[in-house]
Amino acid sequence: MKTERVKPMVQTESLGSEVKALLLGNIRDYAMYIALVVIFVIFTVATKGLFLSSRNLINLVNQTGYVAVLAIGMTLILIIKHIDLSVGFVAGFTGAIAAILLMKGWNVWLVIPTVLACGVLVGVYQGFLVTKIKVPAFVTTLAGMFIFRGLLSLVTAGTGTIIVRNRTFLQLSNGYIPDLPWGAHFDFHLLTLLIGIFLVVATIYTQAKSRRTLQRYNFKTTSSVIFVTKLVSLAALIMATTWIMASYRGLPWTAVIVTIVLVIYNFILTKTRFGRHIYAIGGNTEAAELSGIKVNQVTFLVFASMGLLAALAGILYTSRLASATPTAGVGFELDAIASSYIGGVSVSGGVGRVTNTIIGALVIMSLTNGMNLLGVDISFQYVVKGLIFVLAVAFDVTTGNRR
Amino acid sequence: MSDYILEMKNITKEFPGVKALDEVCFKVRRGEIHCLVGENGAGKSTLMKVLSGVYPWGTYAGEIVLNGETQQFRHISDSERQGIAIIYQELALFPELPVYENIFVGNEIMNGLVINWNETIVQASKILQRVGLQVDPTVKIKDLGVGQRQLVEIAKALSKDVRLLILDEPTAALNEDDSTNLLNLLRELKEQGVTSIMISHKLKEIVSIADTITVLRDGRVVCSLDAQERKISEQEIIRHMVGREIENIYPKREGLEPGEVVFELKNWSVTDRQSRREILHSVNLQVRKGEIVALAGLMGAGRTELALSLFGNVPGYDITGGEMYLKGNKVQFRHPAEAIEHGMAYVTEDRKANGLILIQDVKFNVSLPALHKLLHGLVVNEHEEIVMATEYKESLDIRAPSVQTTVGTLSGGNQQKSSLAKWLFAEPSLLILDEPTRGIDVGAKFEIYTLMNKLVEQGMSIIMISSELLEVLGMSDRLYIMSEGTITGELTAEEATEEQIMAMATKIGEGVAG
Ligand SMILES: Nc1ncnc2c1ncn2[C@@H]1O[C@H](COP(=O)(O)OP(=O)(O)OP(=O)(O)O)[C@@H](O)[C@H]1O
Ligand SMILES: [Mg+2]
Repeated sequence: MKTERVKPMVQTESLGSEVKALLLGNIRDYAMYIALVVIFVIFTVATKGLFLSSRNLINLVNQTGYVAVLAIGMTLILIIKHIDLSVGFVAGFTGAIAAILLMKGWNVWLVIPTVLACGVLVGVYQGFLVTKIKVPAFVTTLAGMFIFRGLLSLVTAGTGTIIVRNRTFLQLSNGYIPDLPWGAHFDFHLLTLLIGIFLVVATIYTQAKSRRTLQRYNFKTTSSVIFVTKLVSLAALIMATTWIMASYRGLPWTAVIVTIVLVIYNFILTKTRFGRHIYAIGGNTEAAELSGIKVNQVTFLVFASMGLLAALAGILYTSRLASATPTAGVGFELDAIASSYIGGVSVSGGVGRVTNTIIGALVIMSLTNGMNLLGVDISFQYVVKGLIFVLAVAFDVTTGNRR
Repeated sequence: MSDYILEMKNITKEFPGVKALDEVCFKVRRGEIHCLVGENGAGKSTLMKVLSGVYPWGTYAGEIVLNGETQQFRHISDSERQGIAIIYQELALFPELPVYENIFVGNEIMNGLVINWNETIVQASKILQRVGLQVDPTVKIKDLGVGQRQLVEIAKALSKDVRLLILDEPTAALNEDDSTNLLNLLRELKEQGVTSIMISHKLKEIVSIADTITVLRDGRVVCSLDAQERKISEQEIIRHMVGREIENIYPKREGLEPGEVVFELKNWSVTDRQSRREILHSVNLQVRKGEIVALAGLMGAGRTELALSLFGNVPGYDITGGEMYLKGNKVQFRHPAEAIEHGMAYVTEDRKANGLILIQDVKFNVSLPALHKLLHGLVVNEHEEIVMATEYKESLDIRAPSVQTTVGTLSGGNQQKSSLAKWLFAEPSLLILDEPTRGIDVGAKFEIYTLMNKLVEQGMSIIMISSELLEVLGMSDRLYIMSEGTITGELTAEEATEEQIMAMATKIGEGVAG
């Protein structure tokens, strides 16, 4: 056996140079946090603090919910180098189905699975066209955009806006988790606070564990100063958010739902074989196929999952507005795609994390929320969002090229 | 005499975790052919990329002096303006465009604001003549063979009035004839005053063409040998490159008797779905347990197509006739996944296009075809993955800082070893290797051959597709020769000679029209 020829550089970097290297190496990741902070600061100042009020922040969470769910599904689609333009109206259409079924007196626990199944069906239809008939996803879903927009108009044609009165259903995007029996003794929401503490502990534990793994194999890790700084700021962020919610009315159901979806999808992408296959297909479809990955099958499932999540987003949105309207879903696809790209999904595929996509969704929805608070005209909002979107992609392309 | 066209002084270039070049001093005399050799990952390509401005001034340390003037290239176009042209390890032509457009792309002949196509075609023909390529300049690149494409690349360089031509492994994908052609062209260009720097792993051609040979190892210059003063032997180059002697580059297998037939093709015929053309005509072939069977032939003889049609038929050919037997059972695979399940593996010819996921790291790539072995319930066990990948990294001597290194940043040879590792992890019983040593240094070649021997000793069977005659003769037990989609001959390794193989490889398949 020959001696090792490649000498890993000894870790004698100074803190300064490490911070610099870290910033340059992960500029893509940090840019989105920086953007988020900048947006928060600007709107807080512009609205004289109204933006940062507990009420508004809870509002922001509830608004972000449906976009975040869509964006998670979109991230998978974009990683495997496809696109889904139909998600907005699929969400609108499935949301309308929910409203109609509720109006007809269906039980809410029957309505939700039925609507989710409808979403899967839509995904199956589009996945079939893309994988079996080989219609490009762009065309399939552009057509879908028209089809489901039309269907949405059709089902709401007779009634116009359909009001939803079911209390359970409305809780989904407007309600809060109940508190523990002992919670009454405190003037904050006890369960929410406990969940927050649990999250901090869990975060520290998993981060420390993955760092230990890296060290065990002598992989490059960040220095302990930076690691601790990162952990502390992360913990502080979680605790601050938790406190805001706990001191208001507790954790919104939307946050619970989004977190569950996020945890499941993050698990699938990072831990399972299916997740590996998704990244492999995005990285090099032909190589993936020749490595025994059934590209068509994976693609099909990713589209089906997108349908499912679009229906979930539809449910959340309908619940949020307490009604289904003929224009529900306009522009959601842009929000979802932009969230993914801002969250670091690569335009050339194969790269992306759902955890970052959530941050991307927060960026987009903070913009929307802040501009609404300021009473910015909707037309102008479109212009701003479009610009941010194209900037994010331009940024990705230029930083990607330099690597 | 010592008029240097180029001097590179104390060039140091670092990548995260790797010092690719370490105080390299490199001098090239005007009008010579200077060969740059060294193991995979020694830093050859990196040095040339520094020179041509791919890595702009400021991202490396050291000085580049061209024609006596210090240069600070910030972009490839800067070096082009100074008469430097580089032809990369991976060709960079546009397959859908005609030859003349490819030659003048980025350097268009303008007539005011519009391109003067007529003049372009006239000029292109002239340059094609100069490189000795007899094709119509209006044919598309995709209709040319690899050797011809290589010449188009050179024509492209010449169209820019090149004075220093850099070729990174130009003959790696060429057959003997095309290689000889190319080397002759380099000699001619030398007469016309063009200086060339050539990187190659083919020592035979280096010995025949080089005026000076510089050997790199681990990012340092080991020595610069003057081949005009005295004749340099291949053995001497190997010694400098690897730091030890390699007696016989084709290691011998211990007298092993191949066992029973494990794989058989009977009258295998395949038609390309799009062009409706039959690309394989009634192929018959047998492979025994513990045997290395070579598929020899020229580029484009249909060997890769054959492999693809067996291994799950990814291109979606129509199998119009014949049967395939694996361990006596008739099989036909609709997807590579099925082939892998049945113990087949296919190491592709083009690792970048369809072998590796370049943006992922070594361990991701190595574990990909057999992830099920690492599954604990639903979860891929990352701990086992790292241990496993590290084992392969060490046993195949993949030179990378760790298994967490992105495969795309590895040198060509180490990428090749990674794609081999990935299939060994799948533990196949029949391994198809498509040009397994393309672009690999002698040391690594020897290691791969040794590995192949070990695998067949363990009972694996290997089909080796190779265009290198010496490799075919040195490594196989038996060989089939293919030409135009048919098997034109079968020989045992003992009886085969180079001449015989060449004769069969150029024979047109009998009884086949078109
Ligand atoms: N973009 C990059 N990022 C990180 N490391 C790199 C990059 N490019 C090259 N390297 C590393 O630099 C070293 C030299 O690579 P280089 O491509 O110059 O080798 P080479 O001599 O051309 O080898 P081969 O004969 O295999 O082509 C290798 O260890 C390689 O992994
Ligand atoms: Mg190289």
